[in-house]
Amino acid sequence: MLKKLSLIIASALTINAAAQAETITIATVNNGDMITMKSLSSEFEKQHPDIDLKWVTLEENILRQRVTTDVATSGGQYDVMTIGTYEVPIWGKQGWLTELNGLGDDYDIDDLLPAIRSGLSVNDKLYAAPFYGESSMVMYRTDLMEKAGLEMPKAPTWSFIKKAAAAMTDKDAGVYGICLRGKAGWGENIALLTSMSNSFGARWFDENWKPQFDSKAWKDTLEYYVDVMDKYGPPGASANGFNENLALFQTGKCGMWIDATVAGGFVTNEKDSEVADKVGFALAPDNGLGKRGNWLWAWTLAIPSSSKKTDAAMKFISWATSKGYSNLVADKKGWANVPPGTRTSLYENDAYLEAAPFAQITLDSINSADPKNPTVEPVPYVGIQFVAIPEFQGIGTAVGQQFSAALTGRMTVDQALQSSQRLVERAMRKARYPK
Amino acid sequence: MAIKDTNKSKLIYTLAAWTVSGMIFFPILWTIITSFKTESEAISASPRLFMFDWTLENYAEVLSRSPYFDHFMNSVVISLGASLLGLLIAIPAAWSMAFVQTKRTKNLLKWMLSTKMLPPVGVLIPIYLLFRDFGLLDTRIGLVIVMTLINLPIMVWMLYTYFREIPNEILEAARMDGAGIKQEIFQVLLPIALPGIASTLLLNVILAWNEAFWTLILTAANAAPLTAFIASYSSPEGLFYAKLSAASVMAVVPILILGWFSQKQLVRGLSFGAVK
Repeated sequence: MLKKLSLIIASALTINAAAQAETITIATVNNGDMITMKSLSSEFEKQHPDIDLKWVTLEENILRQRVTTDVATSGGQYDVMTIGTYEVPIWGKQGWLTELNGLGDDYDIDDLLPAIRSGLSVNDKLYAAPFYGESSMVMYRTDLMEKAGLEMPKAPTWSFIKKAAAAMTDKDAGVYGICLRGKAGWGENIALLTSMSNSFGARWFDENWKPQFDSKAWKDTLEYYVDVMDKYGPPGASANGFNENLALFQTGKCGMWIDATVAGGFVTNEKDSEVADKVGFALAPDNGLGKRGNWLWAWTLAIPSSSKKTDAAMKFISWATSKGYSNLVADKKGWANVPPGTRTSLYENDAYLEAAPFAQITLDSINSADPKNPTVEPVPYVGIQFVAIPEFQGIGTAVGQQFSAALTGRMTVDQALQSSQRLVERAMRKARYPK
Repeated sequence: MAIKDTNKSKLIYTLAAWTVSGMIFFPILWTIITSFKTESEAISASPRLFMFDWTLENYAEVLSRSPYFDHFMNSVVISLGASLLGLLIAIPAAWSMAFVQTKRTKNLLKWMLSTKMLPPVGVLIPIYLLFRDFGLLDTRIGLVIVMTLINLPIMVWMLYTYFREIPNEILEAARMDGAGIKQEIFQVLLPIALPGIASTLLLNVILAWNEAFWTLILTAANAAPLTAFIASYSSPEGLFYAKLSAASVMAVVPILILGWFSQKQLVRGLSFGAVK
């Protein structure tokens, strides 16, 4: 009797489980493209009635803290995580991510931009699929440039940028020649300054992991930055990150802004930008040393190895990063809103090229970025605006604080560099580099 | 002359009180105002206090994008649950410390309070692992437990302070009349200490409602309270201040209303014994 009852209960439970859809939890950031993905995800659920989606949307730093805790402890709270190109190589090496080897026959993996794909692979195995990719570029006011009697080259040099900033600055009218990130943080001013330093020939570490802030190249970089921002930048620049500079540029306070290519869509959006029809784009500047000051970043979707719903998660990632998804966004929101910077085919699409005037610059910037050879001299690390080692978040932010202090004048350039050298040396010794 | 001086000092104190109150309230007022602006107006370099085009679009978008009421219910259950569970533990603990003191009671109280000085991140990994192993991640019960533990030292301290104000003779009289511990606590102590218990409860509801470290780390999609709801509106790339303000207003309004209606009770409870 008891055996019979157990069988009935077991069968009922099995039937119930089979009838229930599998729920996957997706952790993501609150960026425009992710919000669009969330709003269109009902299409995925229609195509896959056996999969339910639950969303956790968070600010980037909080998300990073949460998913790092979860993945490091095999918490299993998330089935799909939005992570950046900084995390993927580190976590992939640690075995914290599931290899994406089941994205489907029609996924066309070779269509992914090589620079982006390379940054998401460890030993040629793909551990995350790019949702959108970005580099950095120069955005400038065409009317102010014309008024200054200058013409922005497609590939400007840092000396031209300084000259143009001087010519465009009109402090009485509240117009500043150049706006750059000043807010301290590894993802803030350090993203800009590390990329910039590459084009000056600087590097974070030599081949033996010895910090290089005592080099002339770093001094040249920081002196240029402090000088140009001091003379032609907006007041209080040390508090400005992406959003603050975006607001300044959109309200006509900046002549030039060097930042993420994703900003192209914001500054040309007539709803929010007062200068939407007066914006031009150019490649990030260089110094003639063979490297430009542009970075490479992608927000990607990955599956933590602690997830028990790998198949469903893989299906979702395949859908969200596919060509079909791009077409869906184009259909519902217009081509200008398609997530950029991941697939070659998007940049062969005339409709997209017409809708996004910054498309070609974005593609050229991404293609010119080489995370494995980021600067002029050889380095032992991967990453352009970051160094893909676990310690970088800490040392990056600490160095960012020194550079921010140099910008405000609380420290001289020399003091900021000496202090950075000391603190990075200490951190690397503690972490026992070289490993 | 003396009356003149009194009036003058009264005026100065009143002005000072209004100034301080204004300074404290201004960020909240600014958040409320920003929630009715467009995104570009919200981040304008020359912000306007009232003369702008007021809009409700941020509230509409926030409500359409997030399950506000799910987050709200999670906040209610977690904050009330943690405060009630905390009271259940804190009342007997405070009773024993106030009325059955030993030579180690004071040290024990200090040790309890010292746990509040530990940075929460210091115990993040052990707690996370415990939650994972007990299946408590992203559950309301898990959050109730952790909020109770976090606020317990404050609850015990507050109740201990109130209980110390109650003359021991009253309890002794109850004992002489044959009251047991249960009767002593429930029939004698609690009715007398009710204002203190109410203010402890209210303060802990507010503390648990506003807690934004554990609630963000230990929840995902199911048990996320309003703190997670607010955090979902901050963005590193793109304008978000107006929507973030709307989300913040929606998250703090319930607790502001609770605070408004219970302010007399709160002030009375918090200042109880303060001038001793």
